Amino acid sequence: MTATTTTASAIAAAVRSGSRSAREVLEEHLAAIEAREPELHAFNLVTGDAARASADRVDAAVAAGEDPGPLAGVPVALKDNLCTRGVATTCSSRILEGWLPPYDATVVQRLAGAGAVIVGKTNLDEFAMGSSTENSAFGPSRNPHDTSRVPGGSSGGSAVAVAAGFAPLALGSDTGGSIRQPAALCGVVGVKPTYGAVSRYGLIAFASSLDQIGPFANTVEDAALLLEVIAGHDPMDSTSIPRPAPDLRAGLHRGVEGLRVGVVRELTGDGIAPDVAARVTAAADALSAAGAKVTEASVPAAIYGLSAYYLIAPAEASSNLARYDGVRYGMRVDAPNTPDMNLATRTAGFGDEVKRRIMLGTYALSAGYYDAYYGKAQKVRTLIIRDFAAAYADVDVLLSPTSPTTAFAFGAKSDPLTMYLNDVCTIPSNLSGDPAVSVPYGVGDDGLPVGVQIMAPALGEDTMLRVAAALEATR
Amino acid sequence: MSDATLPDGWEMVVGLEVHCELSTATKLFCGCANRFGGEPNTQVCPVCLGLPGSLPVLNDAAVTFAMRLGRALHCEVRPSVFARKNYFYPDMPKDYQVSQFDQPTNVEGWLELPDGMRCGIERAHIEEDTGKSTHVGGGGRIHEAGYSLVDYNRAGVPLVEIVGKPDLSTSEQARQYVAELRAIILAIDVSDAKMEEGSMRVDANVSVRHPGEELGTRCEIKNLNSLRSLGRAIDYEARRQIDLIDAGDRVIQQTRHWDEADGRTHTLRSKEEADDYRYFAEPDLVPLDPSAEVVAAIDAAMPPLPADRRAALVQTAGVAGPIAAIAVERDLDGLALAAIGAGASADRVMTHIEHNLSDDAARDLDPERFAALVTMETGGELTATQAKQVLAEMVETGGDPSEIAAARGFEAMDTGAIESLVDEAIAADPAAWEKFVGGDDKVAGAFVGYAMKATKGQADGKAFTALLRERRAATGS
Repeated sequence: MTATTTTASAIAAAVRSGSRSAREVLEEHLAAIEAREPELHAFNLVTGDAARASADRVDAAVAAGEDPGPLAGVPVALKDNLCTRGVATTCSSRILEGWLPPYDATVVQRLAGAGAVIVGKTNLDEFAMGSSTENSAFGPSRNPHDTSRVPGGSSGGSAVAVAAGFAPLALGSDTGGSIRQPAALCGVVGVKPTYGAVSRYGLIAFASSLDQIGPFANTVEDAALLLEVIAGHDPMDSTSIPRPAPDLRAGLHRGVEGLRVGVVRELTGDGIAPDVAARVTAAADALSAAGAKVTEASVPAAIYGLSAYYLIAPAEASSNLARYDGVRYGMRVDAPNTPDMNLATRTAGFGDEVKRRIMLGTYALSAGYYDAYYGKAQKVRTLIIRDFAAAYADVDVLLSPTSPTTAFAFGAKSDPLTMYLNDVCTIPSNLSGDPAVSVPYGVGDDGLPVGVQIMAPALGEDTMLRVAAALEATR
Repeated sequence: MSDATLPDGWEMVVGLEVHCELSTATKLFCGCANRFGGEPNTQVCPVCLGLPGSLPVLNDAAVTFAMRLGRALHCEVRPSVFARKNYFYPDMPKDYQVSQFDQPTNVEGWLELPDGMRCGIERAHIEEDTGKSTHVGGGGRIHEAGYSLVDYNRAGVPLVEIVGKPDLSTSEQARQYVAELRAIILAIDVSDAKMEEGSMRVDANVSVRHPGEELGTRCEIKNLNSLRSLGRAIDYEARRQIDLIDAGDRVIQQTRHWDEADGRTHTLRSKEEADDYRYFAEPDLVPLDPSAEVVAAIDAAMPPLPADRRAALVQTAGVAGPIAAIAVERDLDGLALAAIGAGASADRVMTHIEHNLSDDAARDLDPERFAALVTMETGGELTATQAKQVLAEMVETGGDPSEIAAARGFEAMDTGAIESLVDEAIAADPAAWEKFVGGDDKVAGAFVGYAMKATKGQADGKAFTALLRERRAATGS
């Protein structure tokens, strides 16, 4: 078994015990990157030299009898919307070209503190707006299972990095499904934690009330390990929940005996490809066979999630992206006066999808339209929260597909509305703020991975991952 | 000079919006120092520069300061929500300002002018300040600049915006309103409130109408950097609007810029060009909901406010309102009350405060000694002129009034000495004496003048005049 097919947990254990060096682990992963990265384009930047230096520091610590931490020597890939001090952070946008953040995101600090070795910054749809990485200004990433297919998005590069063995762990961000959908399409585990469970400090904002950082991994246990490292209160994020990181691994393999699982009626019918729906049914049956009580559940307002999301997220984005004006950092296109310079810079710096969403959001917030659009979308959000709460009165977790289809071909969903429908199953959890995980569960008719989504009430990551681990064990 | 009186049949309606920078140690959403006058861009960090990925963390002290100001303005403190006010401007790092919109912290209060008039306060909300642009080259004005430099030291400094109701009807009232607000802010120590440094900034909304009519179209005037500018600009603007209407034109809702040099307001932008701020609740911050205990603690720690202090002087010491206002404005009301409490004549105490104690050092005057001085004066040991001189020295040195008086050789003249002075004065100008005896009281001034000159101002004018009149009565009989 090579380093690139073993788990993060195994690597950390080996490095901590001194049986493997972090440098050796890293070199194997860098070799894997060198071999297949030109074909897959998972990364915007591979930071090999910095990674070697941090791997050597881990090894020095082990040699000195110190414990480098729970991720000792584990290579980790970072979505390129997480700020890294002195290392280009682009959001796959031309507008941030040349900008070097003067600080590390909180999650980056925590990774370093846990002994992780950061190998690079992964590709994404520009400013995390998209479901395929086709909106990256630097070209799309490719699905390692079929390079004619998209890896999903927006955290496509991170999903590819884990699926291709470039790194056993990666971080992404999930605003409407941007971790879970690419995880499903690439056949890896992806977790969207409870809103506020992981600090957003240093995550370049798309839609602040929905954005959440989360892990990619090959196994549920690895995802839990990474989540334990990055979760927990951060005083730098006012929306961070004031409680310490949970212990997620202790009860991970306790099974699902007696747990109640609800299959969400509204997310399993129309619009879901039959081969995907079949895998969800298979997952429900497997959990039932493992001792869970599986029933049908209903979240009626979930069907309005997509519409509400495409008002709330663009509205917040229109404000969050205003700062890219050419005045302080990134791209500047000169013009005779400041407003013209702002306009020229933003025209040249942003891609079409980003511009589309800025316009949508600006419109939704405008005087005279606010109540009909943004105001109403917030009411839908309240209804979704209420409906989830009602559903969780009867079940412990909810089950649905992650994505309506397996990985699709490049250019297949060039119509924005068709593309937006990719997120129909994942968006409700972002609107409610609850956690959700995508677990690979077999393949579709085309032989490509299918992901099953398990959702839980806020801060229910322990139960949610326990069900995910049980499902994983039945594969 | 501006003309404060409007043509007959017109009145102005004025409402003020005052921005006040809170003097917290750090900025509103980060740990950077909140200090005026540092080298450009030295008090900045990823948060107040609005760098990608940074997030705001609310400074509790700023909220406490804001609530203290709200309570001092008799506002109700309510649960509040921060909102983003979206517009592009290079000195605003995020191209939105974090402010409060439909749910401000303080609502529905009032401010009392020294004459007792109550002016409504609509709200007093918390927001962040912007950076500062300097336009270089070109004509120096915004539209003529060659290029601009931006200093973000001020970006993120906590502000409270106090929105007054349109209850004011003269420029003098507007000046008093701002002066009173400033006095309150200083009394509760939440800002240094310096108009010239921009830590207190006033915008005036001005409209005109015929009395009894609906409100007219208003214009907002910016760049008012002193009380003098405020008064001049309001008077100019009201006249401009009346002239427009009289000429058959109409007032267009605009933001106008006051030019202190040419004494006019100029169009900055009209309502049609104004931004749609697209307010929405700031998702990076959580709502504020101060408990009743927190508000009660703020109330309990509230120092006496200027209006209370004026009332105390009026009620306790029977002092007239306007003079009480002067005493409070100069922060001498405590001295006055103590001196009066120690037995000094309230009338003389307040006369000294009004006329002879304008120096800041007067605040350090010992009330016992001040009372002793006033008692010497009312007891006839010192003339008014002598008392004034002794008082000046007391302010300077903190000395004892009787010692100062003795050192200066101020001793009360006995009646015999004053009588000889009367004799001398009559002998020096017999013609005037004839007139005086004939009933011409005006010439008495000439005799007093002689006496003062002869004694180098040390004579007791009152006693001298009394003796002079006694002598005339005796002559007549």
